[in-house]
Amino acid sequence: MPSLLAAAHLDVAQNVAFGFLAASMAVAAIRVVTTKNIVHAALYLVVVLAGVAGIYLLLAAEFTAVVQIIVYIGAIVVLFLFGIMLTRAPLGRTANLDNNQRPLALAVALFLLGLLVYVLVDAFHSAHVDALHRPLRVGTTALVGNAIFQTYVVPFEAVSVLLLAALVGAVVIARRD
Amino acid sequence: MLLNEFLFLGALLFCTGVYGVLARKNGVLVLMSVELILNAVNINLIAFGAFRDTIAGQVFALFVIAIAAAEVGVGLAIVLLIYRNRRSIDLTDVDLMKG
Repeated sequence: MPSLLAAAHLDVAQNVAFGFLAASMAVAAIRVVTTKNIVHAALYLVVVLAGVAGIYLLLAAEFTAVVQIIVYIGAIVVLFLFGIMLTRAPLGRTANLDNNQRPLALAVALFLLGLLVYVLVDAFHSAHVDALHRPLRVGTTALVGNAIFQTYVVPFEAVSVLLLAALVGAVVIARRD
Repeated sequence: MLLNEFLFLGALLFCTGVYGVLARKNGVLVLMSVELILNAVNINLIAFGAFRDTIAGQVFALFVIAIAAAEVGVGLAIVLLIYRNRRSIDLTDVDLMKG
């Protein structure tokens, strides 16, 4: 009885999809920061970014998921690959990608993870997200458009000026003279 | 679904990114770790937006994506300039401001 399952917040299909996405994202994210091959790090980053887009879909944010794929996987990862190429990074396995603070960095990351998990369990142990249970509507894209061009129009224009400034700045910094 | 499932995933991605920023010495890999951190923040924004039933979470996530694109462009330009001046992007060598 699907309606009973949905009403009881069990969400079997969503939880299975979430578990699959979360497991592949966790493995890929750890490989990004530990792999010895810099091109593999960029390709593992693609797995993480695609997984994040899947998580957005689970949260019924379909427009943001598409933007994530276009901007992150389509533009930013390509920019990273250009960066790897232009800095003539060693393309095979190299052992010297890490500095000598690895134990300290691991301790900081694990401490931060423990702290965050403790705080989140304490604060949100019984909070439910039911974004997919609402009465069926066409989607949230129209709402996002209205919000950007009405409530958030000033920050939106500021972001467009910022992008122009970043474009000019990157050209000025990187050009040969 | 539980809100904490998404928040735990965000926390894991955030801590992985922090480890990468602290432990990597290649400039491009540090920028990749920063992207992991920004994506963790975006997951949190959208999860809280769905939890509170507001569209603001998605709008802020879109702004973060735009800022991340600008940040990577300028950041890679700086890394490229470091490479051109020193023939290496080993960040442990960039210590002119060390006392």
